[in-house]
Amino acid sequence: MYPAEFDYVRADSVQEAIELLNQHQDSKLLAGGHSLIPMLKLRLAQPATLIDIGRIPDMEGVSLKDDVVQVGALTTHAELTDSETLISLCPLLSEAASRVGDPQVRHRGTIGGNIAHADPASDLPAPLLALDATVHMVGKDGERSVAIGDFFVDLLTTALGEDEVITRITIPIGKDSRGSSYLKMEHPASGYAVCGAAALVSRSNDGSHVRLALNGVTATPCRGGAVEEALKGSDLTDVAIDAAVDDHLSISEPLSDNFASGSFRVHLAHVWSKRALKIARDRVSE
Amino acid sequence: MTYPVSVEVNGQVHERDVEPRLLLVHFLRQMLGLTGTAVGCETGLCGACTVIIDGETVKSCIQLTVQADGTKVTTIEGLASNGDLHPLQKSFWDDHALQCGYCTPGMIMAAKGILDNNPHPTEAEIRAGLKGNLCRCTGYQNIVKAIQNAAKGGE
Amino acid sequence: MAGVIGSAIKRREDPALIQGKGRFTDNLSVPGMQYASIVRSPYAHGRIESIDTSAAQATPGVVAVFTGKDIEESPSGGVVPTVWLLPTLKTPPHPILASEVVRYVGEGVAVVVAENPYIAKDAADRVSVEYEPLGVVCDPEDAVAEGAPQLFEEAPRNLAFEWELGESEPVEEAFTNAPKKVELKLRNNRILPHPIEPRSALASYEDHSGELTLWLTSQNPHVHRLLMSLASIGLPEHKIRVIAGDVGGGFGGKIHHYPDEAIASWCSMQLNQPVKWTATRSEGNLTDAHGRDHVTRAALALDEEGRIRGFKVETHAAMGAYLSTFAPAVPTYLYGTLMSGQYDMPAIHVSVKGVFTNTAPVDAVRGAGRPEATYVVERLMDLAATELDLDPVEIRRRNFVAADAFPYQTQVALEYDSGNYQGTLDRALEIAGYDELRAEQTRRREAGEKPLGIGFSTYIEACGLAPSQLVGALGAQAGLWEAAKIRVHPSGSVTLFVGTMAQGQGHKTTYAQIVADRLGIDLESIDVREGDTGEMQFGMGTYGSRSAAVGGSAVVKGLDRLIAKGRLIAAHLMEASPDDVVFENGRYSIRGGDPSEGHSFGEVTLQAYLAHNLPEGTEPGMEETAFYDPANFTFPFGSHIAVVEVDPDTGEIELLRYIAVDDCGNVINPMIVDGQVQGGVVHGIGQALWEEALYDDGGQMISATLLDYALPRAHKVVSMELDRTTTPCPHNPLGVKGIGEAGAIASPPAIVNAVVDALKPYGIRHLEMPLTPEKVWRAIHPGEDA
Repeated sequence: MYPAEFDYVRADSVQEAIELLNQHQDSKLLAGGHSLIPMLKLRLAQPATLIDIGRIPDMEGVSLKDDVVQVGALTTHAELTDSETLISLCPLLSEAASRVGDPQVRHRGTIGGNIAHADPASDLPAPLLALDATVHMVGKDGERSVAIGDFFVDLLTTALGEDEVITRITIPIGKDSRGSSYLKMEHPASGYAVCGAAALVSRSNDGSHVRLALNGVTATPCRGGAVEEALKGSDLTDVAIDAAVDDHLSISEPLSDNFASGSFRVHLAHVWSKRALKIARDRVSE
Repeated sequence: MTYPVSVEVNGQVHERDVEPRLLLVHFLRQMLGLTGTAVGCETGLCGACTVIIDGETVKSCIQLTVQADGTKVTTIEGLASNGDLHPLQKSFWDDHALQCGYCTPGMIMAAKGILDNNPHPTEAEIRAGLKGNLCRCTGYQNIVKAIQNAAKGGE
Repeated sequence: MAGVIGSAIKRREDPALIQGKGRFTDNLSVPGMQYASIVRSPYAHGRIESIDTSAAQATPGVVAVFTGKDIEESPSGGVVPTVWLLPTLKTPPHPILASEVVRYVGEGVAVVVAENPYIAKDAADRVSVEYEPLGVVCDPEDAVAEGAPQLFEEAPRNLAFEWELGESEPVEEAFTNAPKKVELKLRNNRILPHPIEPRSALASYEDHSGELTLWLTSQNPHVHRLLMSLASIGLPEHKIRVIAGDVGGGFGGKIHHYPDEAIASWCSMQLNQPVKWTATRSEGNLTDAHGRDHVTRAALALDEEGRIRGFKVETHAAMGAYLSTFAPAVPTYLYGTLMSGQYDMPAIHVSVKGVFTNTAPVDAVRGAGRPEATYVVERLMDLAATELDLDPVEIRRRNFVAADAFPYQTQVALEYDSGNYQGTLDRALEIAGYDELRAEQTRRREAGEKPLGIGFSTYIEACGLAPSQLVGALGAQAGLWEAAKIRVHPSGSVTLFVGTMAQGQGHKTTYAQIVADRLGIDLESIDVREGDTGEMQFGMGTYGSRSAAVGGSAVVKGLDRLIAKGRLIAAHLMEASPDDVVFENGRYSIRGGDPSEGHSFGEVTLQAYLAHNLPEGTEPGMEETAFYDPANFTFPFGSHIAVVEVDPDTGEIELLRYIAVDDCGNVINPMIVDGQVQGGVVHGIGQALWEEALYDDGGQMISATLLDYALPRAHKVVSMELDRTTTPCPHNPLGVKGIGEAGAIASPPAIVNAVVDALKPYGIRHLEMPLTPEKVWRAIHPGEDA
């Protein structure tokens, strides 16, 4: 309940944050704090210094530039939920954000903090993976971009360098008509996803394309690539979806805990994938 | 080390030097003596510490005081105006929406957050809006009713 | 104020609480206050080899660090005792800080006192303790097995006690002869009391007076004072004042006398400074006395028509690492005695082994023994119905104690006072629309839709604890009477002190209604005070749904004496014989005369204080203390129906409806009674669906925080459909029973019965609580791995 001592510095710009990261050994970035502060309170994290990036200007909000949605790293889950841009162009992300925690958590938790923490049971990783998002980060050697699939390295581990700051997440928006769905089985205590499925269905002249990703099931969010491949050009009937998931969704090394064993999670992944794909299909605007 | 903060709480500005690790809920309770905001867990999952910061509900046990520097905080103590109970305080009383009363301040602040965003919520919307607040006494039924009745009164 | 009993009076507790002005213990501060942090064992069983406190001592801001050795060397008692003794009970000492062996994760081994809680925690982390790990056993059946790790030398096979009730011979005979037998092994999952307010103690000792003031999160401050004095800190009882201000929920967890509060008191005495200790949530979850944790084998013998001939129950009940305050009573006299349920059972035998395990102590949690008993009875009834191909309603009807059979003597010691079991069931069926529900169930089955389940729980409860002589004979080291002190002030207003202690039950409102009704005065003229041992001489607190039935009766008894005294004075003033004076609507008048010519109770009270003109032999003043010892338990009952839907693909359960028809005798405040039912039902739903205080094989508690321990949340439950019938209690003056625990007693089997009912086509006989999705899914898909 009582965090250990730490120093606190505030960064007014990304550059300053990077400088501070280089100056302070054993430091951590603080944005909304909703992943970090609970760890501090349980003394599972005891950094020497917190660098508060929560007030850096221009790192918050959702905008559209050249068919790419730009999401500032400090954008809160509530802003993701309510963003008109996301609701119209990228409803999968706003739907998933609306399922994060509870209203209070959504008011303060940020997308940058969320992915930096890389909790596999969080709600945002699978939708970002299905959306082919890119994470942009800045360090002392300048800016670099990492595809979301490469960003999550392991449980609570990312490609973010020790002196880097996530500045924004970008999501390409296709021109075809799309439907999407995020479904999850919620852990009754924590509210995290025991299994979350993000599905995206698009229809263009060359037929249907689906994208499917899961969180809560494995140490990092996983993409149902083989299912996507199997459903390429499919008419996406219930039968086709069920068969594709049954035959092609393979999950290795599932997470396991007292609430849900690995094999049950694998089973859930199949059930939720089918359901999410069907809802996404039904939501495709013709 | 300490860090200087200026926080406006219930309309009054407080300037203090605080340890960076001081949680906002402890700043309110221990430094300002505003003990209406309660602590019920340590993982940010019970909502007893819910306050409103710059118009949004926030759990004050997962906020550092330094993060609240420069903000306007409303706690349960700041809800009644000129001695008149807030409509939610009235409806919680009228509808027996509290028993032990420990979760009540956080619950009322969360309820205010619901109605501020959605003046006429359905029962399902109210229940979803209370997801972050635990009550062990009431079974939630009368809390839902009180929020519905406060919403009706606001018409 | 006639008619005030039975009215939904708004609560007088609420104005403070809705404005954040509650006086909860952790809200209080006194000058010079220091903060304690307790160093706890990370091992479930281990020998303490060394404790190094030097780094903690050296931490700036630290006032003191103490270990168990320091307490042992002081003239304090240094232990927390159990107060319910059974004939074979082993009572190894429970030190307030362990100095040699730790027996569960979370047991205290040292304490740091510092100027603020952050520093106290910093220093506590710097106390270095070396342990030699010992063998661990957490399951009550494993613990009695040959070769299991032993917690105490004096308790071979970890047996705290062996206990039985009822006669086994007739039961065996019934099983030999009965045409039908139904057997089940079932576990009652360990749960946390989990009030939202963690336990807290603020101890302030002053050496010049030798007095300790202890603000405490307590359901029974007088009992805490007594045990603190007799066993824990070595101060005489009259030098301790315990004050429970507002208490943020208890659910049993704040009945018990814990080490931590004694440690804070002991530290304050050593330092001559106020010391506050407040549990963090995980600390509370590791150390609050848990509830349930039974493993039971039960069997019913029945005739062809489903009438019960015999019932036998064998239970292993975990006691945890030490015997908590009332622990031995919970799985025995509060459990075995309830095994007749609402049914006329000709032969019952219950045997219970109380078992030490390397876990937090187990004691009363909302319902305490009665939920466990009801779960066994109601699950067996449903199973019997299935195996005899009877409707669950029909098997209950055939076995109910008839409405004209009261008082009814069970085969397990209790005499039920009054009841009408068919009455609540009929009403519940009517509200539910039972036939339509069954039709819908069939329709769904035929259409291949999500299965619907309808679950019953027709429960009995024994509450209003309890007749003192009886509980004394059963092992209680206390009487369970209650006391009320009624102080009528010269101007006619009243301060009522009662020895009970509310944690949300609304006593300040309910008791005031009784006083207003009896004395015919306004509610505004009445204050109710509880929880301060400095104000009230003794009382037994609030648990076991006893406050209205026992405390309320004490209030009535005292009021009747005051009214009688007033009658003497009024008669004297009116120059009439007391026998000719009636007291109605707050006024004394001559029988048959004009009431307006009489005297109000207030006027008579003023005369009592003036004492200018009192009848001979009448003392001045108007105050009474009454002690009420109940003649029997009270026996509330009811019928609950849960309607659920199960997703066979994921194992998820959705609660669709919940109907509860309860009978708690006469009702003083229907709004409060409904609130108790709603909260209790949801508490039990939590046990059935989500809650489990789970230990791994090494004795680590897996669900010590809310990240893993799931309490019911608003979006997971529904608005309940409630009604009542009224069968007054015949043996107390208000005719009231008790309602604080009924919901939590009734709802777990209603939910489990509903889920099992939904899954009947899958051949499922039973599912263990909590009904997590995986458990349900695996039952539906046996042997299947995705």
